[in-house]
Amino acid sequence: MISLDDFWVMNDQLVPMHVAIDGEGQIINVGPTMQKVLGDSLKAGISFLDLFDVQRPRWVETAEDLMKTAGSKLHLQLRQEPHTRMKAVLAPLPVGKGAVINLSFGISVVEAVRDFALTAADFSHTDQTIEMLYLVEAKSAAMQASRQLNLRLQGAKIAAEEQAFTDTLTGLKNRRAMDHVLDRLIATGKEFALMHVDLDLFKQVNDTLGHAAGDAVLQRVSAVMVDCVRKDDTVARVGGDEFVFIFEGLMDCERIEGLANRLIEGIEEPIRFGKDICRISASAGTTLSTAMVQPDAAVLLNQADAALYAAKRAGKAQHVFYREGLEAELVQNDSAQPPADVVLGQTGHG
Amino acid sequence: MHGLINRAIQAFVSKTYGEERWTEIMDDAGLGFTEFEAMLIYPDDQSQKMLAAVERNLERPLPEILEDLGTFLVSNPEVESLRRLLRFGGVNYSEFLHSLDDLPDRARLAVSDLHLPGLELDESSPGQFRLRCQAGIPGYAQVMMGVLRAMADDYGSLVMLDHEGLGEEGVEEIAITVVETEFAEGRAFELGANLL
Repeated sequence: MISLDDFWVMNDQLVPMHVAIDGEGQIINVGPTMQKVLGDSLKAGISFLDLFDVQRPRWVETAEDLMKTAGSKLHLQLRQEPHTRMKAVLAPLPVGKGAVINLSFGISVVEAVRDFALTAADFSHTDQTIEMLYLVEAKSAAMQASRQLNLRLQGAKIAAEEQAFTDTLTGLKNRRAMDHVLDRLIATGKEFALMHVDLDLFKQVNDTLGHAAGDAVLQRVSAVMVDCVRKDDTVARVGGDEFVFIFEGLMDCERIEGLANRLIEGIEEPIRFGKDICRISASAGTTLSTAMVQPDAAVLLNQADAALYAAKRAGKAQHVFYREGLEAELVQNDSAQPPADVVLGQTGHG
Repeated sequence: MHGLINRAIQAFVSKTYGEERWTEIMDDAGLGFTEFEAMLIYPDDQSQKMLAAVERNLERPLPEILEDLGTFLVSNPEVESLRRLLRFGGVNYSEFLHSLDDLPDRARLAVSDLHLPGLELDESSPGQFRLRCQAGIPGYAQVMMGVLRAMADDYGSLVMLDHEGLGEEGVEEIAITVVETEFAEGRAFELGANLL
């Protein structure tokens, strides 16, 4: 039979996080790592339950209760700062009264290692804690690398989407982008003006001077358009020579009229292509999102289109606002004299 | 080769010789990109082209460069995480040496598709070790030389290393003599420093 002192020496080595108590629950031996954890609170004659709050099982209130838990899992919490939660199991001493309680940090090990400045030497060689800390750190590093990759991929995705929203010839937004902007403005209840612009005489440039001249004209016109609008306005090329402008929050008809006139003037500036001079103009029609109680993108586009059609009919190179009943007026006039190059709808202006 | 390894070489070259130098090297390698991603896997021939370009441009023998890479990985503060993970291997240098047998498994535990060639440590007499590096990644033993040297500084141990060249089946051996375990102060290692 070994002496109790020999037994403590053995315990200190094998279970450095143990606390031994006598029959009254007073602490009689503490493993070296547990001494580090308990620090100054460890005083002669202090009992286990003064240092630890037994959270489960809940009925444990006295040393006698504690002894009855032998073999089952205990949930403890340090009464003093930093109130670390621990797991424990109690085994009665083979002779005499009292017990050995072995503790572990359980899932709070990561905080505990830092809070108590523990080192590898504080854990038994067979304890998996060091491996677990290694794993936590290794996985965090690997996760960090993965997260960086995700961020870069996300950046690449945004760049790719940006391109997919852009008309490659002019650098303006494309129809897809316009649909997105309209949907977003309507979904968030924002007010906006929607202007449909169609180039006049563009077809002649294409037919007489060729597509290269047409492309040059479109690029020049696009630059004029971008110059005329505010930074946050949307300018989209939605067809061959058709453009849609979206002015968020610009509901002042006078300002819109002025902007449209400046735009038409700008487009009318002669454009040099090689030795040729191209002269074109533009017609524009505008509707306001406030024209509808519940704005609908397709209906608003049709209204702007009808206003554009009215501008064409009135002699081109001008701007017209949509007004209620405009579609009906146009249909009536149409039966009298349909203009050759304009068809009501979303395609085919020119 | 795993992106982590390619990325490590990139980090070493661009931190030591500058970003511009790295861009030149990658232009020379002709892979069509300049940045390796740590969490992707690249075909071996791409890594070989990159390494060949590194050797050409730095005008130094590759084994020497690789040994410096090993040292860089442990001692550069910007890649502190690897040094910390290695320090988990043991509380002193000889414990660390004994943990090397587990290194490939430890690596795989952290990044499941990272396969490092096996390592085997023999202790012929106290303080006399031989580390056998299995074949698999060309230059692995040279990088390990640098790692072993830098880790000795990290623990504050005085050691002598000798690369014994290629053995059978591409196995390479490094002879390690630990002259003094606690020769100098070494760098501090707090278990919980990087957690959370």
